[in-house]
Amino acid sequence: MADRLVIRIDNQRVEVAAGTSVAAAILALGQRSTRRSVSGQPRGPLCGMGICYECRVTIDGLPHRLACQALSREGMEIITNGNV
Amino acid sequence: MEMYDVLIVGAGPAGMAAAVRASQSGVRVGVVDDNPDLGGQIWRNEKLKPKSDESKIWFERIRSAEFDFIAGTRIVGQASENSLLGERDGEPIELGYHHLILATGARELFLPFPGWTLPNVMGAGGLQALVKSGLPIEGKTVVVAGSGPLLVAVAAFLKSRGAHVALIAEQAPLWRLGSFGLAVARDAVKRRQALALRAETKGIPYRTGTWPVEALGHEHLESIRLTNGRSTWQVVCDYLACGFGLVPNSELAGFLGSGIQTCDDSDPHPTKPVQARVVSVGESIGIGGLACALVEGEIAGLLASGQVDKARELIPKRTKDREFATVLAHSFALRDELKKLATPDTIVCRCEDVKYSALVNYSNFTSAKLQTRCGMGPCQAKVCGAATTFLFGWTDVSLRPPLGPVSLATLAKVQQPHPKVG
Ligand SMILES: Cc1cc2nc3c(=O)[nH]c(=O)nc-3n(C[C@H](O)[C@H](O)[C@H](O)COP(=O)(O)OP(=O)(O)OC[C@H]3O[C@@H](n4cnc5c(N)ncnc54)[C@H](O)[C@@H]3O)c2cc1C
Ligand code: FES
Repeated sequence: MADRLVIRIDNQRVEVAAGTSVAAAILALGQRSTRRSVSGQPRGPLCGMGICYECRVTIDGLPHRLACQALSREGMEIITNGNV
Repeated sequence: MEMYDVLIVGAGPAGMAAAVRASQSGVRVGVVDDNPDLGGQIWRNEKLKPKSDESKIWFERIRSAEFDFIAGTRIVGQASENSLLGERDGEPIELGYHHLILATGARELFLPFPGWTLPNVMGAGGLQALVKSGLPIEGKTVVVAGSGPLLVAVAAFLKSRGAHVALIAEQAPLWRLGSFGLAVARDAVKRRQALALRAETKGIPYRTGTWPVEALGHEHLESIRLTNGRSTWQVVCDYLACGFGLVPNSELAGFLGSGIQTCDDSDPHPTKPVQARVVSVGESIGIGGLACALVEGEIAGLLASGQVDKARELIPKRTKDREFATVLAHSFALRDELKKLATPDTIVCRCEDVKYSALVNYSNFTSAKLQTRCGMGPCQAKVCGAATTFLFGWTDVSLRPPLGPVSLATLAKVQQPHPKVG
């Protein structure tokens, strides 16, 4: 497996180390929120282990994926905060 | 459908120990976990670089054990009487078993306080997990707060990764920690671990009787207000790593029927292992720490593969290690002041944005849920359930399968538990 791979977060090209979770990649960008709550508040990862569902993002067109449980894969397209 | 003699849910220390022992007898073993790899919480991402003697030993053992690892798969319920239903990438998976070992571990207890929903307010184990999975923390200022031995482990880990840990705020008062200190001092392994942690956290202030009252910031966390009950002060930080102890992941065991453990705990000094078709081990039956998780996993693995005598030999060790759970619960009991942190406007249910003021007048979880949608969101009350149990004393937080939101394809295969008679 290559040591580094390229993913896209909200249409921005990001290079990450292999083994980086999508949540870690998003936070490493300096972007702290992953989603907007039902009343519009910014939310970011809380539990880091697939419990709280605060890290939901869209991955390769699939909505509501848990960013903390997903490993970055070459060419992955990630959309946060319901952006389009 | 794959069929296993022994199927283990959870690949933390308890599940790994069960897999090692069961596979020694040559039976077909499967281990399923929702993470991409083995290790559970404490040994997350340590397969290639073990950080302690224990993890080194167990990863070596697991390497020479023969079993199927079904990674990235969450078990959401039962598919039939002899099989579990899992989901991977939205696809249902059915796994059959003769013996089932539930080693699902624990999650952190999160309590609401003003500002706790701000991005960068995380669990203590939560921030640790994110850093282990690639978040750079070097040069960032972190306040570690809440309760329990996990706080110190997390502070040591973050420091080793170059974070500036401003302080550890432990809500328990110093006098309560005496029995914990004594129990640690009496046990050679725990003593060694504690001394190592003390060295690793040198220079980080450990403030007992101190807890967070408010997280401040606009779009994300900028600072945290702490109190020791007498004075209140503010600390500027990038992250708050805050957990108030652990809550067993006992939901799956609940779906399958209650009262399933490795040993007969109705007996104060159990000598007999319980040979059930389904057993629960490790943190999923109560917070007892690493040693307890390992020995219970071993016993369950031995029993499920018919090695009863070897299992029996481990019972005294297990009894001793389980006692530590009582010490932990006593020393790190949560103070009543934490029930008063939320203001009327503080959100309690983060999935549905239900505020404290909307909940405070209900007398139980069921009616609050029906009227306010508290606990109806995707986390299925795994965060607000334990919080409202602590805040309001609600004891009727219960779940129905599936565990977590699933695809329609998976939903169609979920078996509802039979209604209990009597
Ligand atoms: C967030 C967190 C961080 C921790 N960090 C430390 C630490 O740094 N140092 C320390 O000494 N102790 C730590 N602990 C405590 C430690 O977890 C225990 O002492 C012990 O190691 C638990 O072992 P276990 O095998 O019982 O559970 P765990 O290690 O929690 O393993 C359980 C596994 O089961 C998986 N699982 C749960 N439900 C399902 C399901 N439905 N489907 C599929 N898989 C499932 C989980 O993802 C997990 O991998 C931590 C606990 C938590 C909750
Ligand atoms: S951070 Fe909680 S589910 Fe991902």
